[in-house]
Amino acid sequence: MVDVAIVGTGHSKFGNRTDVNLQELAWEAVKQALEESNLDQKDIDMFVVGNAGGWSSESLSAIVIGEYCNLAPKGTMRVEAACATGSAALRIAYQAIKAGDAKIAMVIGAEQMHQSPNLVAVEMMGRAGNYFWEFENFGLTFPGYYALYATRRMAKFGMKEEDLGEIAIKNHYYGSFNPYAMFQKQIKMDEYMKSRVVAYPLKVYDACPITDGAAAVILASEEVAKKITDSPVWVASQGFKSGTANLSKRDDFISIDAARLATEEAYKKAKIDFENSWRYFDVAEVHDCFTIAEIMAYEDLGFAKRGEGHLLAREEQTYIGGKIPVNVDGGLKAKGHPIGATGVSMAVSIARQLLYRAHKGTQVEVKNGMGITHNVGGTGHYAYVTIFSLKKPSA
Amino acid sequence: MGVTEIKERQFNEIDKKALEQIDLLIKNSGMPIMRDLKTNNLLWVDVRELTQRFMIPIGRIYKFFDQLSKGKIIGTKCPKCGSIYFPPQDDCTKCKVSGLDVIELSGEGELLTYTIITVKPVSFMHYQDYIVGIARLKEGINILAWVNEKPEDVKVGMKVKVNITKREPEGYFTYELRKIQ
Repeated sequence: MVDVAIVGTGHSKFGNRTDVNLQELAWEAVKQALEESNLDQKDIDMFVVGNAGGWSSESLSAIVIGEYCNLAPKGTMRVEAACATGSAALRIAYQAIKAGDAKIAMVIGAEQMHQSPNLVAVEMMGRAGNYFWEFENFGLTFPGYYALYATRRMAKFGMKEEDLGEIAIKNHYYGSFNPYAMFQKQIKMDEYMKSRVVAYPLKVYDACPITDGAAAVILASEEVAKKITDSPVWVASQGFKSGTANLSKRDDFISIDAARLATEEAYKKAKIDFENSWRYFDVAEVHDCFTIAEIMAYEDLGFAKRGEGHLLAREEQTYIGGKIPVNVDGGLKAKGHPIGATGVSMAVSIARQLLYRAHKGTQVEVKNGMGITHNVGGTGHYAYVTIFSLKKPSA
Repeated sequence: MGVTEIKERQFNEIDKKALEQIDLLIKNSGMPIMRDLKTNNLLWVDVRELTQRFMIPIGRIYKFFDQLSKGKIIGTKCPKCGSIYFPPQDDCTKCKVSGLDVIELSGEGELLTYTIITVKPVSFMHYQDYIVGIARLKEGINILAWVNEKPEDVKVGMKVKVNITKREPEGYFTYELRKIQ
């Protein structure tokens, strides 16, 4: 099978981007990725658009973006996997190249959530569980779903609200160094503790913001990648799994099963030992739509034992210089979470980290040449775990 | 008060304000264009509104709603493999059998987890803050519902019972979790 590498990356400023429409926003990332790889639209064999949709006015977003970015008539589709949409889009391009169906493919993640009023956005996200049995009668919100995990963990493992606060503080700290991040202000524990409760025990500072943003990566086959760049970042492996729509159909509320299974699949392909997984990576991007999600990610990726994820946060082991640096671009929490763009943004962050191109104050030391992204859609409905490496996977 | 009145009360103010704003914008400049209050960016205010109310087929599990209106909560059970389904479904997708048996649930169990929703979705704005919990029933299945107790009385692990109730102000039958004293 063909090896696949990232040969170009692009990233827009994330935030309240009412200065541009969806296609103009996508172009910011697309243009950067084309310039970085020295490629032209005519070189792209196909493009995949990750856009969860519903927030913005254009419903056939792949076409609107393709037209604006001058990518038509290349083949395309819009891909949806809730908050893991960007990683799903990456998977389509990755597989097309692996199968020999394309040599160069572009992945564009774009979302403009601010086209809808905030109240509507809260409603739409709440409806993203199992609509009939969970929303229609019981009105769960998205923070509410994750709050159910947090309450259980506090009762079972003695996790404290302050442990969640540690995640928020770390991610805001690194967000302050990332010019693309939505929030660039550091926060302190007392501000965290005083922030308004949105769904007990989760507070405003436990939640990622409603965000507009775009990111793009260009993938190429080994043969082409070597001609384009002398610093390809290889896609080493990817695992993807799904969970139940009904949250009540999950067994326990301490782990995202789909994420754990996707991790096992990705590790198996890349020959990584779960128990010692953190030793393989220089940096990780995990899905911290809420602080509790990052705690669970530590365990689902094998960085901490079950029930001990919050201790990793308490000991500040996920800062640069700690056991494993996590979300040092600010994460979804501070960088923002434009649903369809997030997975692509994670890939951009890891690729730039491995190439020593991260923003000042956020660059990790690259010893192993490997990084990982953990991207969860919904409340564990979808999970994509992708491993990136400076070493060619088949070598 | 019926659903129509609730909806009117709930949305009237938002809708009316939005429509008035569009009228004003068009009157002033001949265009539905405004400036974003925070960023001063120019925004086109959509003049086409989309409201949607879904029609959800429930014929295959109508017995659930029929029993609910009589004060009983049921699940379904596969006569072949014995799997119990809640929410109820008429197909056992494990052994590919349809037309499952109805079983009345004990309704008794233990609270696994809960949250208190303080920032509510727009269509739930007319309710007080509510507690959503998940309980594991004796039958080994989980049920998600509002926990109708004071927040300070709710604890993970407490014994709870499913209670059939009318959701007011709409007035339709639904179920909730109550603490077993």
